[in-house]
Amino acid sequence: MAKKNTSSPAAANARDTAVAYLHSMLMQRRFEEKSAEAYAIGKIGGFCHLYIGQEAVSTGTMAALRPDDYVITAYRDHGLALARGMTANEIMAELFGRATGCSGGKGGSMHLFERKLNFLGGHGIVGGHIPIATGVAFAISYRGGDQVCVCFFGEAAVNIGAFHEALNMASLWNLPVVFIIENNRYGMGTAISRSTAQQDVVKRAASYAMIGTSVDGQDVFAVRKEMDEAIERARKEQRPTLVEVRTTRFMGHSMSDAASGTYRSKEELDQSMQRDPIVLLKTKMLSDGMITEDDYKKMDDEAKAAAQAAWDFADASPEPSPEELFTHVLSDESTVGAANNAELAGAGR
Amino acid sequence: MTVMTYRDALNHALREELTRDESVFLMGEEVAEYNGAYKVSRGLLDEFGPKRIVDTPITELGFAGVGVGAAMAGLRPIIEFMTWNFALLALDQVVNAAAKMLYMSNGQYKMPMVFRGPNGAALQLSAQHSQAWESWLAHIPGLKVVAPGTPADAKGLLKAAIRDDNPVVVLEGEMLYNTKGEVDENPDIVIPLGKAELKREGQHCSIITSGKMVLVALQAADQLAKQGVNVDVVDLRTIRPMDVEAIATSVAKTNRAVVVEEGWEICGIGAQVVDFIQRECFDDLDAPVVRVHQADVPMPYAKNLEKLAKPDAAKTVAAVKRVMYLED
Ligand SMILES: Cc1ncc(C[n+]2csc(CCOP(=O)(O)OP(=O)(O)O)c2C)c(N)n1
Ligand SMILES: [Mg+2]
Repeated sequence: MAKKNTSSPAAANARDTAVAYLHSMLMQRRFEEKSAEAYAIGKIGGFCHLYIGQEAVSTGTMAALRPDDYVITAYRDHGLALARGMTANEIMAELFGRATGCSGGKGGSMHLFERKLNFLGGHGIVGGHIPIATGVAFAISYRGGDQVCVCFFGEAAVNIGAFHEALNMASLWNLPVVFIIENNRYGMGTAISRSTAQQDVVKRAASYAMIGTSVDGQDVFAVRKEMDEAIERARKEQRPTLVEVRTTRFMGHSMSDAASGTYRSKEELDQSMQRDPIVLLKTKMLSDGMITEDDYKKMDDEAKAAAQAAWDFADASPEPSPEELFTHVLSDESTVGAANNAELAGAGR
Repeated sequence: MTVMTYRDALNHALREELTRDESVFLMGEEVAEYNGAYKVSRGLLDEFGPKRIVDTPITELGFAGVGVGAAMAGLRPIIEFMTWNFALLALDQVVNAAAKMLYMSNGQYKMPMVFRGPNGAALQLSAQHSQAWESWLAHIPGLKVVAPGTPADAKGLLKAAIRDDNPVVVLEGEMLYNTKGEVDENPDIVIPLGKAELKREGQHCSIITSGKMVLVALQAADQLAKQGVNVDVVDLRTIRPMDVEAIATSVAKTNRAVVVEEGWEICGIGAQVVDFIQRECFDDLDAPVVRVHQADVPMPYAKNLEKLAKPDAAKTVAAVKRVMYLED
């Protein structure tokens, strides 16, 4: 690392923080580029929603959390899982549908879970996990704990009833939860202008007597600062916050659509991509003398190597054994339940 | 043993489990200050306070999801639906969240929670308020479904459901709440899930049923006994997992079966029972199995039409006679 500008402990601290952010964001970016490659040759199946372009949101938010806080999100979850501390190996193995995946190969891309990190998934029904976040916060408050639950969802999810029901209860009951709208302006192929009457989505907070704030999601420091405040409000005052993070996904909605050319013009995307969160951070760090180009290249190479290692690990991992088909349907599968489940599933005899 | 109503039996089960385990709480519309729309939770707010007996807004999807989240974070929620008709709005949480979480997370997140409330028709509430949902719910791997027909079963099964680490659907009956029966006051008595009970013994035919239809089957059994026909009444009690051994044992003895259910015919619980019987008891059968169920129509309001639509003792008696090739 460059030795400049580390004269004071504060400066050294600032540099370490920035380096950690850059590392986290590069790990997400290179991991997902690798997963796109794996998807293209059929190593990964199903739906696969990439987070590329939004990495400052995950990194900035996770940095503001404690290890015992809770995180829940939708299907666009790889970046959030990595930023929370899940390993590239266990995630890639999950995408490959292998036994060593974080969900044993039963969840796939949309359902990453890691209990050790209070990472509560990966959920596939738009908005369905928002009331669950309220419930987690209810449990925290019930036990008198001081943890916080953060819940991520897209701007299109504010139109679903579950959003309304969940935010109303969270505010009514003073629960420690932060609702984070990752506003990338599209829900699949539908621009926000075609789906949402009040496009200033954070105004929804007023309906729930909740504080609502907006932040530039391409600036990891801005995200961190906003989340520090919202998380503090939840932890100290038991008040929920609705935070809109303005961001852009650089890829298609999932691996099945092009990044631009149909519902989104190339010009629009090109312009948004001028504000790549990784480039913005790197540029700032270079100009502040926190790193050199060589340092950056080294970090980037490390991230690429980690992504390749994750691929190799996943590829070498076994598929789940056939017996796994019937495990974890119920917690007590040794009881009459399992036999009858198999029976009822037609797999009995 | 004490004689009490089905309502009080449920109330005792709730009180005992709330007392036994701090992580148990009850949540739903009107459960606290109003004492429950059907008074099942009467007195619980006074005893356990608003932290554990929680009134919600009219937000079925939302509070079902709150239950799921609370269960993920280690509590044992009891989610009351004012009736299961309204729970339709919450099915995303029951089916897509609660029933799938353990599997999707490969065993990391258990769902120790209960979804309960009255199911099926009461009297003249017409189409939107008179529906029996057991086949919808029992269709879902990852759920357990119980339908107690008596006060003793209501208490014992609800207690077992609360203690179970899986999401358990408890289907009660508005028309059952006032029925009375003997109930054990010992708080340690639970009725294991997945175990049927022979509610009446006979040798001529098996009536297989559950929930509110247990009383209908017992009435039919009384009427049949007067005509010299003695039936087994197999009360499944738990619909999923189903105690298929109990069905097989009874059919092996009687060689004839009638399945009585409250809901509609198409893809109903009876269809599942008949499938099992034809596969496992084929050689025991002396007659095709006959099903008794609601008419294949939305529930009408008019008293006479409603009676025609509902399964009842007379229809059950007729079905038993049919499988016994007796003249009506
Ligand atoms: C209830 C529901 N309806 C439709 C879908 C299909 N679907 C998946 S993602 C999506 C768009 C959601 O957009 P947004 O909430 O903005 O999140 P983003 O994908 O932009 O991250 C749709 C319609 C779904 N998964 N769930
Ligand atoms: Mg979006």
